[in-house]
Amino acid sequence: MRIVGEGAWRVEHAAVLDRHLAPIVGEAERERVPVVLALGDVDSLDTAGAWLVTRSRRRLEARGLDVTVEGLDPERRVLLERVEQACFTRDLPPAPPTRWVREELAKIGSATMDALSEIEALLAFFGALVTAIVKTLLRPWRLRVTSFSAHVVSTGLEALPIVGLMSFLIGIVLAFQGASQLRQFGAEIFTINLLAISILREIGVLMTAIIVAGRSGSAFTAQIGTMVVNEEVDAMRTLGLDPMEVLVVPRVLALMVALPLLAFFANIMGLLGGGMLTIFVLEIPLSQFLDQLRTATDGTQLWLGLIKAPVFAFVIAMVGCRNGLRVEGDAASVGRLTTQAVVSGIFLVIVLDAAFSIAFNALGV
Amino acid sequence: MPSASDPAIRLEGIVNAFGRHVVHEGLDLEVRRGEILGLVGGSGTGKSVLLRTIVGLRPPQAGRVRVLGRDLYDASARERRALQARWGVLFQDGALFSSLTVRENIQVPMREQLKLPRRLMDELAAVRLALVGLAMDAADKLPSELSGGMRKRAGLARALALDPEIILLDEPTAGLDPIGAAAFDELILTLQEALGLTVVMITHDVDSLVRITDRVAVLLNKRCIVATLGELRHRDEPWVQQYFNGPRGRAAMTPKSSTPTAGD
Repeated sequence: MRIVGEGAWRVEHAAVLDRHLAPIVGEAERERVPVVLALGDVDSLDTAGAWLVTRSRRRLEARGLDVTVEGLDPERRVLLERVEQACFTRDLPPAPPTRWVREELAKIGSATMDALSEIEALLAFFGALVTAIVKTLLRPWRLRVTSFSAHVVSTGLEALPIVGLMSFLIGIVLAFQGASQLRQFGAEIFTINLLAISILREIGVLMTAIIVAGRSGSAFTAQIGTMVVNEEVDAMRTLGLDPMEVLVVPRVLALMVALPLLAFFANIMGLLGGGMLTIFVLEIPLSQFLDQLRTATDGTQLWLGLIKAPVFAFVIAMVGCRNGLRVEGDAASVGRLTTQAVVSGIFLVIVLDAAFSIAFNALGV
Repeated sequence: MPSASDPAIRLEGIVNAFGRHVVHEGLDLEVRRGEILGLVGGSGTGKSVLLRTIVGLRPPQAGRVRVLGRDLYDASARERRALQARWGVLFQDGALFSSLTVRENIQVPMREQLKLPRRLMDELAAVRLALVGLAMDAADKLPSELSGGMRKRAGLARALALDPEIILLDEPTAGLDPIGAAAFDELILTLQEALGLTVVMITHDVDSLVRITDRVAVLLNKRCIVATLGELRHRDEPWVQQYFNGPRGRAAMTPKSSTPTAGD
């Protein structure tokens, strides 16, 4: 049988050629006749075309039929030989079949194991971090002052506008909602109590921690993660620098300084927002507002709120830095771990806040 | 109108600048069809910038880029898409899509530009893998599971996916061991002979310049000089002198017969 090819045997037309060629080759296979592939009229041939020739020839030869390719000029013969040689005895294995149930079960299993080993690793990191911080506190001159102060600026000072604005607005919302409920009992004046207690004890510090987890926890992961990808962290280790001391401790300490200050600022702004609403909308005079504020709170409420701030800061910074150091090789994992740092940071902050509430309740404060 | 006799790539009066820092100023370059052109230059002379300009990633501040007879930055979106099927680019570290396996990476251009049955795409991906000398079990690996050299080969396989007329390579042999680098050179040479490819490659590797390039373009003083290696050796510019007549350049260009051979 003589198969005559013409036109462009190129990748653009590979689908069409494949469709035409397959039945002809199949016929030759059935009739068991030697085949001549005459490609003298083929205008152009590329590797896709060469592969179609190779494949047909292999299929026929496997059945013991003789195949001759004729009419090729030397360059094309080289191409064909090159493709044949490269593909000799090599076939792409079929894509592995997907087994649904099994794979889903396997995913659940490995996710559980991952979570467990992650908790273990986080505890180990916690231990190492505490050790490093204690060491730094014992030898304060080893603290990286430049890095520490730069991080206080970027996590604290630069967060002032957003933290202030959020707290101010939340103060307004809180006072407004509180007033509209308390008005029904003629107890509008207690809006100030509601405002003071909730802002000082809970909302001021909690909102600040959530914003900081989103702003700075993610930044820590991204910064350190990029350094891992760039092999900067490995370079540090080979120079005898401990990444824990150089990268992690300054960030953690900086955030532990910045977050309480931010939370204090948030308290003021929240009270300011709520206060403006009570004064201008509820028309409670300023002097009465201040009197009520004084009777509603003493320093305890403020301190009960602020004492949580360094703990939240520690957790946020720890998770951020740890995720940064967990980055492996590629840039994609930086993105994934950054998201995860924010989610875990906020989650842990809320868990701890609940724990504080229970503890304070037990202590009767 | 484009015709078969047009040069593969023609740059006219290219100006590229970053703010006040001018990288290219009135640069002209012509790449003939079917030749292998090496692109060399010191650090910061804008080799990669030039490559990006040629493939349409960085419009020059002035000048024209004609690829296969069409003005690249004047072409309609459709013409540009058609042109993109006719060249392949290998970036320095392969630039494989990190979320796709090697097989899927090679099939991306096929999916975008052509309609092929799945089985045929798998076969063609296998042919490309075999051509660049990768084992078949690399097909279903993610780029992060490959070594640097393998990523380069996989990147070349993707650049070859549509059997392009032009391929542009950014330091294809950098970071490969000498055996791997020599094999890569051989590979490019065979592909060029078999497919009539036009190859533009940025390289610092004098061995591969000597082994496979037809001509060399040297970026110097914001322009470029194009000549064969033999001619370049006799140019007066100090940088060219140091490059080709320095110890490494001389060693690479010494005829192979005079190099001592071990054993016998």
